[in-house]
Amino acid sequence: MTMWVEGFLVILILTNLWLLGSSRLLSCIAAVSVQGVLLGILPLVIRIDAPLGRLLLQAGVSLALKGIIFPLLMLRAVRSVDARREMEPLVGYSTSLLIGVLLLAVSLYTGLRLPAPAEAAPRLLVPAALFTALTGLFVIVGRRSAIVQAMAYLAMENGIAAFGMALAEQEPLLVEMGTLLDAFVAVFVMGITIFHINREFDHIDSRKLSSLKDTPQ
Amino acid sequence: MILTLILLPACAAFAAWLIRSNTIRRGLLLSVSVIHAALVTWLWVDPSRFPPISAWLAVDALGQVFLGITSLLFLAVSFSAVSFLRRESGTTRSDPEEGFLFDNTPEALFSACLLGFLSTMTLVTTSQHFGLLWVAIEGTTLVSAPLIHYHRHHRSLEATWKYLLVCSVGIAFALLGTYFLAAAVPAGGINSMTLRGLVENASRLDTRWLKAGFLLLLVGYGTKMGLAPMHTWLPDAHSEAPSVVSALLSGALLNCAFLAILRIFSVASAAGLAHFGRETILVFGLVSMGVAAGLIIGQPDYKRMLAYSSVEHMGILAVGIGLGGLGDWAALFHAVNHSLIKASLFLLAGNILSVYGSKKISDVRGALRSVPVTAVLWVAGFFAIMGAPPFGAFSSELSILRAAVESGSWIMVVVFSLLLAAVFAGMVSVLVRTAQGAGEVRKTKEPTLSLVAPLSLLALSLILGIFIPGFLDRALWRAVMLIGA
Repeated sequence: MTMWVEGFLVILILTNLWLLGSSRLLSCIAAVSVQGVLLGILPLVIRIDAPLGRLLLQAGVSLALKGIIFPLLMLRAVRSVDARREMEPLVGYSTSLLIGVLLLAVSLYTGLRLPAPAEAAPRLLVPAALFTALTGLFVIVGRRSAIVQAMAYLAMENGIAAFGMALAEQEPLLVEMGTLLDAFVAVFVMGITIFHINREFDHIDSRKLSSLKDTPQ
Repeated sequence: MILTLILLPACAAFAAWLIRSNTIRRGLLLSVSVIHAALVTWLWVDPSRFPPISAWLAVDALGQVFLGITSLLFLAVSFSAVSFLRRESGTTRSDPEEGFLFDNTPEALFSACLLGFLSTMTLVTTSQHFGLLWVAIEGTTLVSAPLIHYHRHHRSLEATWKYLLVCSVGIAFALLGTYFLAAAVPAGGINSMTLRGLVENASRLDTRWLKAGFLLLLVGYGTKMGLAPMHTWLPDAHSEAPSVVSALLSGALLNCAFLAILRIFSVASAAGLAHFGRETILVFGLVSMGVAAGLIIGQPDYKRMLAYSSVEHMGILAVGIGLGGLGDWAALFHAVNHSLIKASLFLLAGNILSVYGSKKISDVRGALRSVPVTAVLWVAGFFAIMGAPPFGAFSSELSILRAAVESGSWIMVVVFSLLLAAVFAGMVSVLVRTAQGAGEVRKTKEPTLSLVAPLSLLALSLILGIFIPGFLDRALWRAVMLIGA
């Protein structure tokens, strides 16, 4: 079992580098949807002590939402916007990758030194979760496309959810479902806003959203 | 009964979305706000009628104070909202500032989100579980985003996107903090994340995880509360949202985030981290006051000025908690006063905006001659928010100053007074020009419905400045007990 878990976590880390290095919107969406699928499977291979029915429900909902429905929503947004790639990111792709490697080192360093949240948790889980959350945060800041920012927000949420899995004490089902529901509505509202941004400005460059500021009198 | 408080507005929101007649929907909005306020009044009179539903959902003294503010403000705002919707409903309108044409969000969606906002805020004040609290606070962000985008044009869209992204990222930090908090729970120990379970077993929590979790939660919910330097969404959202929404955002939503911070502080304090917690909150408070003072002076836009004033007052609340002792009580009392006054000011700003068609301070001149009632209230409200006697904010700010004196740190006293004075100077200069000033007189009829709410809120704040009713004082002290040593 451990080998499987470690393997999945390595893939999770790779999807972050994929997200950092790709300019095509479609491959950003693909990277985040792979993360969603992994996040759906992970609780099944990590937690063995919870009732199976509950685990399956959790895994099913998480997989369906994060792996399938979110990416489809974003695909629709990309189609309606007719944008294929992010033209001028604030931080270039090779620089992003370099920063990504740096973030990975930081997450490994801190993640392995934090007191283990639970004995059962695999060693790589906390660093991988931190790395995913940090990557999401970095991409939100480093890209201009509203769609990529929304995807990065999802990646950040994914990383935090992965961290939650490391906890021995399970969160109550209600909270877990509530978290998923909030993430779902967040993406939905962001999607609608992206649609409006596109209709209003004919682009989805969030940098152009800069008319509100404090100007001296 | 607690469930009724949460579910009534939620069901009404759904109904409002489906109802097609404007009159019925507005009636529904008003009646739900009246029933909600009546139920909350009943809760204040006889809390035993609202027993805890489980360890998850209960009204304690702290929740009661914030639920009271939220419900009262919603009641006031719903009257203004009906007046606002009467004025604004219709089809395409022209933007008073840039002259382009735009549509408004359908009224059904707007009312539904408004009622949903009440429901999620009620959930925030009643939740006793950190996971549920997170779900509720993120919920408030999501239902209020469409409210900010009521006027469908590029400026409100920009504000909405910033609000969504900045607050969602902030709240994501809070989620990580919540998980850190769960990690602080010893294995095989407390089998829940309820406030009570955590406070009672606080000595067994792992302080390393708890400290990290506290910081993350403070930054996360601090983003929502508008503490600098995470306040960047606030001036944009408050200035672009319709004034009724700004009043709710500033008066009720910021308080809900403040409540969340108080909840996590009470856990940290029970675990012996009170000193660490207070110092951190104090730093955020002073930074917020400083940033706000800097941006209020010379601010050309009066709605943005009010928004920065909210940042300042959130800073004052944080300073109160940071000082502790009398400061705790003063911060809670100040939260009540700030909500009343700021909501009233935003509603008045809406009236002024509808007459002058501009948010620029330089365009509003001689309001006393154009809209006399609004202008008189506007001047009174500004004095109230600056902490001038005899309004309630005066006594609460004075109590915080006293807490600073008692703490023995003279630097604190000087810095706090200087920041208050700077804001005072920045606001007074504006006030005189807008109210007096020579300008063209636009004699306009002021709809009574749009004046009722700001007038009664200001009157309440005036009463609180003259004497504090015994029941409120007792509730505040009971709430202070919950905050911790």
